[in-house]
Amino acid sequence: MQPILQIRDVTVRFGGLTAVDNANLTIQPGELIGFVGPNGAGKTTLMRVVTGIISPQEGVVLLDGDDLAKNSANQRIRKGLALAQQIVQPLRAMTILDNVALAAGSAKTLNPFKALRSFNRDNELKIALKLLDRVGLKDVADSEPSMLPLGYLKRLEVARALALRPKLLLLDEPLAGLNQSEARSLADLIKNLNDDGLAILLIEHNLREVTRICPQIYVQDRGKPLAFGKTKSVISQPDVINAYLGGS
Amino acid sequence: MTYEITLITTMAISVLFALSLNFITGFCGQISLGHAAFMGVGAYTSAMMMKAGIPLIITLPFAAILAGALGFLVGLTSLRVRHDFLAITTMGVVFLFVGIVRQQDFLGGEIGISGIQGSPFGRVGFMTLCIFLASLFAFFSLIVKKSWMGFVYDSIADNEDISRVLGIDVTQYKLTAFVIGTAAAGVAGGLYAQHFRFVGPDSFGFVESVSVLAMVIVGGIGSVWGVIVASALLSVLPLLIQFVDDYKILVYSALLFFMMRFAPDGLAGITTRIIKKLREQN
Repeated sequence: MQPILQIRDVTVRFGGLTAVDNANLTIQPGELIGFVGPNGAGKTTLMRVVTGIISPQEGVVLLDGDDLAKNSANQRIRKGLALAQQIVQPLRAMTILDNVALAAGSAKTLNPFKALRSFNRDNELKIALKLLDRVGLKDVADSEPSMLPLGYLKRLEVARALALRPKLLLLDEPLAGLNQSEARSLADLIKNLNDDGLAILLIEHNLREVTRICPQIYVQDRGKPLAFGKTKSVISQPDVINAYLGGS
Repeated sequence: MTYEITLITTMAISVLFALSLNFITGFCGQISLGHAAFMGVGAYTSAMMMKAGIPLIITLPFAAILAGALGFLVGLTSLRVRHDFLAITTMGVVFLFVGIVRQQDFLGGEIGISGIQGSPFGRVGFMTLCIFLASLFAFFSLIVKKSWMGFVYDSIADNEDISRVLGIDVTQYKLTAFVIGTAAAGVAGGLYAQHFRFVGPDSFGFVESVSVLAMVIVGGIGSVWGVIVASALLSVLPLLIQFVDDYKILVYSALLFFMMRFAPDGLAGITTRIIKKLREQN
């Protein structure tokens, strides 16, 4: 089977600092992989390499077998990546519904001339409402983002990413800043999305939820890959415990 | 009657000019403090061609193309710099334009180009042409606002980085806004040259750039109707009130300041709030 994402021998250096050192990760269709590591492990840097914000000094990233090196961030999104960011950034001048509808209309926004010839939003609004229902935001669809708490905005990020109909969903610390019950509920949603066949790479600090919902985890420490495999066996490895807890 | 025709013609040219900036700053969120330079390129192009005996109508597409080409180049800088830095860069463009034109003998240098032939359509005909072109661009702006292009511009004006994450090719959209907006300013410049039958470097400097920005902000950034009303009013104010003409930069800058401080969404925002209040009361 063709892997959805292949990160091969990726190294990123910022001056003298090696933020990611020879990272390798393969994600198959339908997989849910937890990507964990202590602060400064280079998780977000690697995510930025995948989305094209940062270019690696070495290595390649393949999406569905295609090398992404020459693709800009928006081209990567159109090839099947979708990203829900750690710091929520809704389009504040639009309603929640329009935030998602804009993403759902990616076929119409391909270029300015196509967009100028497209007027109807009914279909995209319908899709957006369905997705907002899926993430539990249907009741606040007409609200402005500034009126909503963080937990809702995290769900909006997920709904907006889903509206792009991605092959792979990248989630950058979606549970950060949420209380225990909010985190559990959002983690359940992520698990449900994966159960429906969506491949997900979940960067997260909340080990409790990651180990609960992810069948496999990838651990990185100080830029270096530390372990990858079945969740139960990885979290019991001494070097993983050492990296996370600072002692065995 | 001649005076009224002159007033209406001036209004129509200003409306077109302000709407052209509204396309870039209002729709796409790209601040420009040098928009008069594009009007200047159009004005000089038309003036030179009309002096060579070519009718205005034929010169207008050339004015649009040359101004749009310069707009494309300036648009490229908007891909590198944003916000305050883009404002300073565009301000540099207008100073550069005036500086270069002043030094070129074939453009009339400091004196400019005068003695441009009168409109073959007569005063009323030319006024009608100006109203038609301003209305056409206003209609186009309204179409853009209603379309997915306007939806995308709302997103880019709000947050460029998020727009990219939604798969939007921000580069293409920004360059398109710059080219359309500056080409329309070029057409306004061509009409200006015909209307005043004279172009000089000082007519397209920083003061004019601030004046047109004031029109857009007073009207309400991004609002087509607001910008039409504000530009129509502000363009004739100096002709009606001598004080405004004498202290144009002071008056327009003060207007800019007060609107930004007390009503950043301009006349359009004020009107919307009043209508909302009236509806609530009823």
